[in-house]
Amino acid sequence: MLEIRQLSKSFGGVKAADDITLSFAGGSLTAVIGPNGAGKSTFFNLVTGGLTPDHGRVLLDGIDLAGRSPPEIVRHGVGRAFQVARIFPSLTVHETMLAAVGADQRRSSLLHRRFPLAETRDRAEHAMELLGLAGKRDRIAATLSHGDQKLLDIALALVLDPKVLLLDEPTAGMGTEERWRMIEKVRELWEQQKITVVFIEHDMDIVFKIAPTIIVLCYGRILAAGTPEEIRRNPAVIEAYLGTEDHPGAAT
Amino acid sequence: MTQLQAEPAVERVMEKSPLPRQLKLQRSRNFDVLIALTAFAVLAALPFLFSSKALLDFVIRCSAFGLFATSLNLLVGYTGMISFGHGMFFGLGAYGFALIMQRSGLPIPAAFVCTLVITAVVAGVIGAICVRLKEIYFAFVTLAFQMLIHSVVLSWVSLTGGDQGLRGGIPRPVFLGIDLSNYIHLYIASCALLVLGLLLMRQIAQSPFGYTLRMIRDNAVRASFIGIDVWRAKLTIFVLAALFAATGGVIMSLFVSGAYPEFAFWTISGEGIFINMLGGVSTFLGPMVGTVLLLILNDTVTRLTEYYGIVLGVVILFFAIGLRKGLMDFAVEWYQARRARRKSASG
Repeated sequence: MLEIRQLSKSFGGVKAADDITLSFAGGSLTAVIGPNGAGKSTFFNLVTGGLTPDHGRVLLDGIDLAGRSPPEIVRHGVGRAFQVARIFPSLTVHETMLAAVGADQRRSSLLHRRFPLAETRDRAEHAMELLGLAGKRDRIAATLSHGDQKLLDIALALVLDPKVLLLDEPTAGMGTEERWRMIEKVRELWEQQKITVVFIEHDMDIVFKIAPTIIVLCYGRILAAGTPEEIRRNPAVIEAYLGTEDHPGAAT
Repeated sequence: MTQLQAEPAVERVMEKSPLPRQLKLQRSRNFDVLIALTAFAVLAALPFLFSSKALLDFVIRCSAFGLFATSLNLLVGYTGMISFGHGMFFGLGAYGFALIMQRSGLPIPAAFVCTLVITAVVAGVIGAICVRLKEIYFAFVTLAFQMLIHSVVLSWVSLTGGDQGLRGGIPRPVFLGIDLSNYIHLYIASCALLVLGLLLMRQIAQSPFGYTLRMIRDNAVRASFIGIDVWRAKLTIFVLAALFAATGGVIMSLFVSGAYPEFAFWTISGEGIFINMLGGVSTFLGPMVGTVLLLILNDTVTRLTEYYGIVLGVVILFFAIGLRKGLMDFAVEWYQARRARRKSASG
């Protein structure tokens, strides 16, 4: 259970996160939407330690993580993937996974043994299988396609066995068909792994089809939160974000 | 087309034979030890095969600079930290060891360990200040510390001898039957330190920690988001690299029987960077190849012309602009390309 309480952050006079209070039930799947500059990525950064909140609390199973460093927060079980895939370009897919498991097992500063460690193999293998990257294990990450790099980024978060997985636009930069494939993958992972997944998405068709719960951010505030039906009918959302067009996806 | 065909074949091999692959990975340390022993045997045999003292001098200098340059590559090539002040630890090793030997009367191994301890403390303090800085700021602040140490060496005349250097020789009491005032003993000891140092650095590079360094080089933000304490890892490698650089300095001080301010001057750091550019930073032995190249260049060019700097400048331009990589990088890429061509031709 991830609870966000009165989380706030401002840059100069701009309130990028304004008194955000939310809770994500264990094992839930939630989409975060909002126009550009609504504070979606800031919200993720505040939760994962990329930014330090001005005030507020981030409670994971009752432990306050607000203001802690990214490595600490990751070790408490909050993993994340990035809008622009952040990977290790010179490592192979396999090495990336092995090294990440090693980091999770607190073995990343071992000097007297050789990489890769035998005890990291199974989990690395499992993560590659889950994301469908096993066949590309010996590819250098930099040579992967854009979609595979995004998958590798997600695999990097998932291989750490997080309790909560935050995905910043898993479908960014993809064509329509690839988007659907990616989001199906995300849903599949969510169902199989029984973890809490929160993802940012711009494509309204995807959001309304996939996410049981939707949160709408606007100017750093929560404009609305609820089921797709509730969001669709919410007058504030319609006015501020979805607009009156037939195809709301264009509003982004 | 050939690539498309070649790829599944490679995958199939990997899937079918996980065991040999695993074995290969475990065996690699023994393989490194084997290479190290062979290299040491060859180096140790040189004095009995050739009577040229110049050759042995050359190998000793290669040992000192090779350790220094390879340790710099742990920072530059493996971690992406471009230090312009790494030479300060070379100087620190030379002065530290020579001073301890002159003033304390400790046995040589104890003095060596003391030198390493002092270096670790100094590197720890300087590293703690520097490693948080990014790229160019890191480079400049390390350079500033280098200049600081050099100034201390110059101005603290009563301790270091100032610009005259630390003279009067280094006492060399015999330990474990090793007499470093005997030239052959000194030569063998230098080779042993070189080989052992390289072996240890190779182990660091291939350890889980070595891969942590690669991750930090590739994407430090991502590394921190999988739970790696980037600052601590950078500080650790900064200190470890300093120890090997200091070992190079110790060899140098024994070789010249003293220590001179040039050992702590920024040009030593510059030479380290230059060696890494010559040899290349993408392979472990690149800096070692670069060391040999630079010292050969150094010796031949200074004999032929007084315009040493111009020749060196042209060479570095050739590597930086012409090849755009070091010699070892170039050789490895050429070899891989050839192997790929052969594979596609036969498949």
